[in-house]
Amino acid sequence: MADAKRGELVQIHKIILEPDQRPDGLPSPTKSVPYECWIKGFLIDEEANIGDDVKIETFIGREISGTLYQANPTYDHNFGEPQKELLSIGNEVKKALEKSQNDNEEKI
Amino acid sequence: MDMSYSGIMARKKEILRRTTGIDYEKFETSPIAFDYEGLMNSCEYSLEDAQRVLEETGVGKTPLVELKNITKLVRSTSPPGKGGRIFIKDEAANPSGSFKDRRTALSVYHAKKLGYKGVVTASSGNYGAAVASQAAKRGLKTIILQEVYDSRKVGQPEILEKTRACEAYGAEVWQLTVGPELFYIMLRVLEETGFFSASLYIPTGITGIETLGYELAQQTFEREGRFPDMVAVTHAGGGNVTGTARGLKKAGSHDTVVVGVSVDLRGLHMASDLDFNRKSFTTGHTGFGIPFLTWPDRTDVPRNCARGLRYLDRYVLISQGEVFYTTELLAKLEGMERGPAGNTSLAGAISLARELDRDQILVVQETEYTAAGKLPSSQLTFAKANGIELRRGNPKENVPGKTIVIPESVDQIEVEEFDIEKIRYSYIEHVMKMTDGHVPIQEDIVFLAEDSKSSFDFVRETMKSLNVKAAS
Repeated sequence: MADAKRGELVQIHKIILEPDQRPDGLPSPTKSVPYECWIKGFLIDEEANIGDDVKIETFIGREISGTLYQANPTYDHNFGEPQKELLSIGNEVKKALEKSQNDNEEKI
Repeated sequence: MDMSYSGIMARKKEILRRTTGIDYEKFETSPIAFDYEGLMNSCEYSLEDAQRVLEETGVGKTPLVELKNITKLVRSTSPPGKGGRIFIKDEAANPSGSFKDRRTALSVYHAKKLGYKGVVTASSGNYGAAVASQAAKRGLKTIILQEVYDSRKVGQPEILEKTRACEAYGAEVWQLTVGPELFYIMLRVLEETGFFSASLYIPTGITGIETLGYELAQQTFEREGRFPDMVAVTHAGGGNVTGTARGLKKAGSHDTVVVGVSVDLRGLHMASDLDFNRKSFTTGHTGFGIPFLTWPDRTDVPRNCARGLRYLDRYVLISQGEVFYTTELLAKLEGMERGPAGNTSLAGAISLARELDRDQILVVQETEYTAAGKLPSSQLTFAKANGIELRRGNPKENVPGKTIVIPESVDQIEVEEFDIEKIRYSYIEHVMKMTDGHVPIQEDIVFLAEDSKSSFDFVRETMKSLNVKAAS
């Protein structure tokens, strides 16, 4: 079975510039790798597998070609893990605020 | 047609003239000087026009909220009689969740009026989402070019959230790897589509932000009977500072001290594939803040209308850990959960308020929305996964790219003053380097004094120490 069918949401990959096409003066870790791009859209080809050359129609209706990278691409950024360095701040500052209010009242 | 890097870059001027509708050469008076106010007025929108256009799409008129609990806490760590009142402009209430809606609303309106079918911009931050949101309302197509990934295809959670937001507003998003070629690909897409270049740095962008400075001055005056004594502005490319300061002046708030605040990321190289994911802040930091002050015309248009050095009274730095701590304060003490990057100026304000008398007013001029990817827990999870050490302690021990230190108490929040005189010097030095061979004329000296908020004497003295002779 093909990885994606016509009309399905997919993500394509393109190499925009190979390392030797990138401008001079870049830091070497940047200059030594290609300049790449990923774009989402709806598959125009009847069906395709990951790695195939395909065409997509983007969200604004433009046709762009590239290599099929992913079918049904998902957003996977999240809320992260609880950070112990942050968890106690709330109670610390509430106590500090209370203390400053009590100090103030004593002065009055 | 030559689509190579050098081929496209050679057609830069022509592409930008067609896609901004602005003939920048018309405003050039010498290789150094240009008619800044002439360029600002070229789009022929007054502040009142901008306010009307913004209102049409629900932008602006955001609440000004007094942060009474944070102010109390700051006073408990201030010298006697000190601790100014802190207010915040809740810009997260804009349609796409940040002040960037103001920055793009007029540009998108202008693009539509000129007959463009779509807009293009290069932004990995809130600006891209704002462009996509405004274009959706005006029925224009949007292409957003984002610097998202390093060469391992690892991306900051905050930028991945921005991709999602732009796509939610219907934009075509190009997720690119690290590199200054973002500008090349932008020109290529502009040439191919003939869409409008909704650059951050065009006149309509800055006029849009003027509404923010104007509004906060007016709101403060109406409520408190006085203009703000100080306004803290998160500084990156200079547009926020420029627009806000211009708006304050237009409201008559002439004596307000405008302070730029950036997250200190000195030592990290912004175009480096390795450094890219060693930072937790993708904007509002020194990696943009300092270079844009010392050379504002490094942008995607020939002349940048965002000229922070013209308007800044002070420039201060704050660490990443202090901003994360402040984000917790805002949520836990004021009931406002907002995105960390937008709290950069609030973190600075906690330190700055200690300098002010208790009856003085400090306005923090923005907040931004928060979401998956855009909050301390996700950004710090990412930082740890990329080898950054996280601990509580003295924030002075923060090392960009290595250690994030979360303060142990509010009294440890303290800005570092960046010598603005040094920035003025390096700006003039930079201009001289970029225009080597041109003998500066009187008009250039006048321009440089204005552009660096210094004086004729300062410009002449700097030129002397750089061994540059002016035309007699």
